[in-house]
Amino acid sequence: MSVTIDLQRFLARRSFVELSARERAHALLDKGSGKELVGPFDRQHSVWLEMQNIVPQEDDGVVVIHGRMDGKPAVVVAIEGAFQGGSMGEVAGQKIVCALELAKRDHERGIPTRPVLLLETGGVRLQEANLGLAVIAEIHAAIIALRPYVPVVAVIAGLVGCFGGMSLAAALCSHLILTRQARLGMNGPEVIEQEAGIAEMDAGDKRLVWSLIGGEQRAAVGLIDDLVEDDAEAVAHAVRAAFQARRPVQHRSEQVDFFLERLAAIDPEQVKDGAALRALWGKGEVK
Amino acid sequence: MSAEQSDLSVRGRQWFEALSGENGVTASGPASVLKADAVLGDETVRFLAVVPDPESRFPRARKGEVGLEQAWTLAKYVRETIELDKGATPRPIVAVVDVPSQAYGRREELIGIYLACAAAVDAYATARMAGHPVIALLVGKAMSGAFLAHGYQANRILALDDPGVMVHAMGKAAAARVTKRSVEDLDALGETVVPMSYDIRNYAKLGLLHKVIKGVAADSLGADAVALVRKELVAAISDTRAGGRDLSIRLESDAAKKVRHASIEVRKRLIEQWPDA
Repeated sequence: MSVTIDLQRFLARRSFVELSARERAHALLDKGSGKELVGPFDRQHSVWLEMQNIVPQEDDGVVVIHGRMDGKPAVVVAIEGAFQGGSMGEVAGQKIVCALELAKRDHERGIPTRPVLLLETGGVRLQEANLGLAVIAEIHAAIIALRPYVPVVAVIAGLVGCFGGMSLAAALCSHLILTRQARLGMNGPEVIEQEAGIAEMDAGDKRLVWSLIGGEQRAAVGLIDDLVEDDAEAVAHAVRAAFQARRPVQHRSEQVDFFLERLAAIDPEQVKDGAALRALWGKGEVK
Repeated sequence: MSAEQSDLSVRGRQWFEALSGENGVTASGPASVLKADAVLGDETVRFLAVVPDPESRFPRARKGEVGLEQAWTLAKYVRETIELDKGATPRPIVAVVDVPSQAYGRREELIGIYLACAAAVDAYATARMAGHPVIALLVGKAMSGAFLAHGYQANRILALDDPGVMVHAMGKAAAARVTKRSVEDLDALGETVVPMSYDIRNYAKLGLLHKVIKGVAADSLGADAVALVRKELVAAISDTRAGGRDLSIRLESDAAKKVRHASIEVRKRLIEQWPDA
């Protein structure tokens, strides 16, 4: 990366983070090719939110857009972080499960559909608790079943980030792309502060939080595949490139011996911050 | 026993030992992950459990939580099973589930507990798809990310009909804080909004469970109780072998058709609208 900022490029870029889920999905597909499936007019919303006097949304916060990418069939499933924190309820989650399963069916029939997940989620929607958790287990199963056919590519752009059971979903994908604005972790900083105290995690300290679980840190220690600028074109480019790349021989979540060895080498008293982990796992400081 | 230790659940370890006849401790792995290959019915079954270890290297994973070491070790023990049975009949895997939560800690997030738990999920799902009947036996808490990593990829989920057996996305006290309700209000809500309930009998209404095993109190492991649970495990293994290797059965029960009808409807529409090419 050049140190001098290309001013023209900087001014020309379109923020991906600021786009809605629907806009993000279209931005990744060939221009004008996207068609929404089970959109708001299908009125598939959460019955559980209504029972708790919360206004539902007619897409339940998940947008499924089928279209073309480099001329190939593709499906982009985008979570809307602005609705209930991108939380996974029954309907929202089942859209993701079913889209992944249909992509697998396509491959079994010789149709090379490319699956992309845009993850912007706090995890389980608490108002649907057990159905949210159950559908997340089904999302995991669907990703693992689809992966042998085609890379499952995930993007976490921010600002919500990706947490809870959905952070496991991100880790199960073949190719993981983050921006610097993104965070990827299992337990949100607020939850850790609440459960373990402010000495363990000061959730209000944004710099600390990003230094532990932010996109740049995750890239520096090799836990993700790409770190991209907050630029719709850059994200679209990285997603397309991920489908050109060979599928990983082993996903990180399959590299059990490797990570167990790494874990055994860690002294929990010493490794408490981003810099300490970079010293062990890092490939040098990233700019 | 200190107050700190007295709230540690012993159920997972007790059921693991009663069913496998072994203590499950391995020389190479952490003391918090139990593993045994033992005869059940007329075949060898791999039993796995996560239990408390007050000496655990990672301080935030000493009370039975699924932390970094526990999740990666589960992944190892499950994948080991797949390797062992290459070219042979895949042996069943029984996950004895009594897990209060995933580990909440700064180090855990930094080092990637999300990846560790994903590795456990990946291993269990891979075993299931390779034909190992995977059965989750709920004898205590099956909470949130811990249950995702240890049990939720199972072909069949069995639960003891006991007030201490519960599945949920968040501990009761924390859920009450977050939703700004009292614990009593939360219990009342669970009676009408079924997925919010902490009661295993309400969980059964979601259609995700294969069976609630009645008449067995989780804390009394008499010979009859253990024999009954063994019988139910054998039946669930046999039922699994007669069925598919995915999780579609979870939407097929009468209970699921009633309570998860929105899931079924949204799937129907997506399948209808999906382009042919």
